Amino acid sequence: MSWLSFFRGKQEEVPPTASAAKERLQIVLAHERISRKGEDFLPKLQKEIVELIAKHVAIEAERVNVSLERGGDMSTLAIAVEIPGPEPARRAS
Amino acid sequence: MAQVVVVTSGKGGVGKTTSSAAFATGLAQAGKKTVVIDFDVGLRNLDLIMGVERRVVFDIVNVISGEAKLNQALIRDKRVDTLSILPASQTRDKDALTKEGVATIIEELSKDFDFILCDSPAGIEKGAMLALYFADQAVVVTNPEVSSVRDSDRILGVLQSKSKRAEEKKDPVKEHLLVTRYDPARVERGEMLKLEDVQDILRIPLLGVIPESESVLKASNTGNPVILDGESQAGQAYKDAVARFLGEDRPMRFIEAEKRGFFSRLFGGRAA
Repeated sequence: MSWLSFFRGKQEEVPPTASAAKERLQIVLAHERISRKGEDFLPKLQKEIVELIAKHVAIEAERVNVSLERGGDMSTLAIAVEIPGPEPARRAS
Repeated sequence: MAQVVVVTSGKGGVGKTTSSAAFATGLAQAGKKTVVIDFDVGLRNLDLIMGVERRVVFDIVNVISGEAKLNQALIRDKRVDTLSILPASQTRDKDALTKEGVATIIEELSKDFDFILCDSPAGIEKGAMLALYFADQAVVVTNPEVSSVRDSDRILGVLQSKSKRAEEKKDPVKEHLLVTRYDPARVERGEMLKLEDVQDILRIPLLGVIPESESVLKASNTGNPVILDGESQAGQAYKDAVARFLGEDRPMRFIEAEKRGFFSRLFGGRAA
């Protein structure tokens, strides 16, 4: 703070960022430590689910949407597969 | 038998070489016969920080390739007579280092020294792997900043799986946390990770906290390890850390923000 800002009065409150740093680190490291031991099953699970669906229906790779959100207590693996309808005409509806 | 100590961090620019120079000098000042080896082949800098850059004749690669004897390459420090420096090569690439070559050097140094300090390059490539491979103890240098903490965690994983001790299933490498560039004022404002947070995340014993200090740059400008600057907070903090490393019990200093008076707040400027 310089003498100018002293006269300008109170500066804008900046939200502390250190706690965000800690939280992000804890989450990313928890996952990295698991994968270092070779126990991260999520990528494998994702691959197997997609393979299983592919066994029953013809799916196109670009119509599979996978999102993975790694969290502290819980991770979410969402796999959205667009399954083609019986005829092209009905898919347009 | 000498203790082999690696100074490592994963991330670059956190203060490995500064810490290696300070630690080696501190151990030598405590009467321990100490040699510090620069493993950063291609980008040597320990010689500059130690102020011996004009005395380098041979380097570690010359010794490994048999072009020079080990004692020809060792540089005796002029300030502390129990201290020697083995510089890295500036011209060769990192492939010039071999595990066998380094093993022979460390074995030979073990006969004459109490401590062999290995100043690791950044990253997790060959130079860094060889610097930590033979370690009995590791000083993990970490800044209170997300990428540094993450890389330190990564390096701890490597120490626990890829070091000689891990491969031979011996007692694990003894790990020490050295937090550098700590700024208590920024911590107080919630802008920087707290010491407790870094400890909480990395979960290894804390060896010391080196405050952010202008004296570190001054020390490197003149080629005097900052530990020789007894006036500076960083120098004193390194002295404490070395004493703790040798088993002394000392309280942590310089981890609380200094109270600033009316005039310093009015006119700005930074604490020395």
